[in-house]
Amino acid sequence: MDSRVRVITNKKSISEYIAEIWDYNELFWILAKRDIIVKYKQAVLGIGWAAIRPLITTLVMALAFGRLGKLDVNSTIPYMLIVSVGVTVWLYFSQSLTTISTSLVLNSNLVTKVYFPRLIIPLSSIFIGLVDVVVSLVVFAGLCIFYQYVPDWKVIFIPFILVLTFLASFGVGLIAAVLNVKYRDIGQLISFVVQFGTFLSPVAYLTDAYKDGANGGFMYKLALLNPVTGCIDAMRWSMLGDFAAFNWGSFIPLIVFVLITFFYSIRFFRKHEDTFVDYI
Amino acid sequence: MTVLSIENISKKYILSSKGKSNNDLRDTITGWSKRLVNPGGISADIKQDFWALKNVSFDVQQGDRLGLVGANGAGKSTLLKILSQITEPTTGSIRIRGRMASLLEVGTGFHPELTGRENIFLNGAILGMRKAEINRHFDAIVDFAGIEKFIDTPVKRYSSGMYVRLGFAIAAHLEPEILVVDEVLAVGDADFQKKSIGKMRDVSNSGRTLLFVSHNLTAVQGLCNKGAYLRSGELIKYGPVDEVITEYIKNVSKFQLAQSWTDPGPAPGNDFVKIKSIRLVPDESHTRPNLDTTTHLRLELEYWNFIDNAELNVSIFLYSMTGECIFNIGDEAKFYQKGTVKAVCEIPGDFLNDGSYYLSVMIVRDRLAPVYFFEDAIAFDIIDYREGTEWVGKWPGAIRPKMIQVRSWQTELS
Repeated sequence: MDSRVRVITNKKSISEYIAEIWDYNELFWILAKRDIIVKYKQAVLGIGWAAIRPLITTLVMALAFGRLGKLDVNSTIPYMLIVSVGVTVWLYFSQSLTTISTSLVLNSNLVTKVYFPRLIIPLSSIFIGLVDVVVSLVVFAGLCIFYQYVPDWKVIFIPFILVLTFLASFGVGLIAAVLNVKYRDIGQLISFVVQFGTFLSPVAYLTDAYKDGANGGFMYKLALLNPVTGCIDAMRWSMLGDFAAFNWGSFIPLIVFVLITFFYSIRFFRKHEDTFVDYI
Repeated sequence: MTVLSIENISKKYILSSKGKSNNDLRDTITGWSKRLVNPGGISADIKQDFWALKNVSFDVQQGDRLGLVGANGAGKSTLLKILSQITEPTTGSIRIRGRMASLLEVGTGFHPELTGRENIFLNGAILGMRKAEINRHFDAIVDFAGIEKFIDTPVKRYSSGMYVRLGFAIAAHLEPEILVVDEVLAVGDADFQKKSIGKMRDVSNSGRTLLFVSHNLTAVQGLCNKGAYLRSGELIKYGPVDEVITEYIKNVSKFQLAQSWTDPGPAPGNDFVKIKSIRLVPDESHTRPNLDTTTHLRLELEYWNFIDNAELNVSIFLYSMTGECIFNIGDEAKFYQKGTVKAVCEIPGDFLNDGSYYLSVMIVRDRLAPVYFFEDAIAFDIIDYREGTEWVGKWPGAIRPKMIQVRSWQTELS
């Protein structure tokens, strides 16, 4: 028999906490798998939707901003490619943010009935967006073939930038998830943020576009504070060859943002996780 | 060996009422602004502490089968939630030796879109099983639940019975050292209940420990050797299961076994008759503390008659808790003079089933006209008593008469 003695009190050390999360790694995988299976179940096109969404979004954005907004005039490479990278990053960020922030409430049947480290729930959201990202990248590859464009070696940085993108959504998402347990208003707010973010982040245009017009310098600085700007800039640097230079101006704020929100959100989560069951 | 030791566990909930519900952002923000506008003003918050559990302590030994009883709101569920770590105790600590699995409901986390197979792995992982363990028990689980044919069908297409059976089957194969079970027996058909009780017996027979919460006292009595009785968050009694159940029944039943009046003034009745006394007494040979299904009962009624030469008879109605009339019997009409009249009715043992009953009495004049109907005069509970059977589920039927007998014999040898 398992002779370990467990003690339940209202105090738990950080090492016990981490060890416990590790102990439940199988649950982490199975929850991630569940979310992915369920998402594409009973849909005729199934995983096909993961390709249709970025493709159509890219087409519409390229039409609206590039053709109608006349942003594509100075571009040395096909505008569709620029937009496609932005859409890939944005869809991953927004999807992770939405999933994480609603994860606790959507799994309330688990939270109120069984014990496991609660952090497993938001953590397992990492994969649901990842499937879509991989398909988006395939769409990008398809566009490259169509435009006969060859990216260079810097594409090996794609995974690192994706991890950064997930972490950028994780901190905010986690805080929102905790608040959402008590205040369902947060769920509404997040869908709002995602809607605006599509246009305020440099998804369908280059970050430099902020520099144009009156107060351009100030607007550009504001745009750099948006963590998604850092993600998209870095991704364009990695996927579009020599077209985009590495933008430290947006990368450093991103790293700072990730570090602060990551650690703060986990502390915030730990502080409140014991009361989830009482408020959910 | 002590496998579970509960020390001074208390759990406090804060109930805030009126003025601040704190449940949506608007309330919180208006609360802030009120405080901003009117700092130090009369606070609208009325916060009240509510102790769901108060200094509960007990130890459970390995192999014990502990039944937790108590009325709704006594703190049973809170204790289970603390034991299963869903919520943390406000004070105190619990030491657990070995793996504990708790079954607060069956099929926790089942996803309707997933198939039975996928849900077995999902639910198993949620309950803390390793993948290898689930693989090892997979066939046994499917077999126990009896869903071989539907294993690859999404559970949303399952009948509710199949759903519950699958949920219990997974939990039953957990093999924890300590199993905590809450009321799962309330579901499923008789056949499945028998299977699940059998499984819980196996758990305890193999030296593992069982914690069982149920309102079905028969099941608790049949399955457990120890009992703990909680009332308003406090542990009232802990010990051998029979003693605990006796204590519990003594506390909760709304017994009214006798009523009497010395003076006709306030007594129930009218100008013709008034009730003097009514009581239900067990036969002298009954020695156990509670009325049970074997107890022989005697109903004694005495009333004042205010009219000379009245032709009266008594009619007795026995109702089940649900209001169904079990029987209505009367005596022969006779002529009585002014004064008191007594009536006695014997209800034999091994006749009524276990349950709650109440009794009404009617006094009839001239064989047809009700003079007075004394409703709900007596209320009593009969608890279960059985021997020679392994079945611990609720015994069906309004009555359980022993005088009707079943005999069987061998007719042919082959």
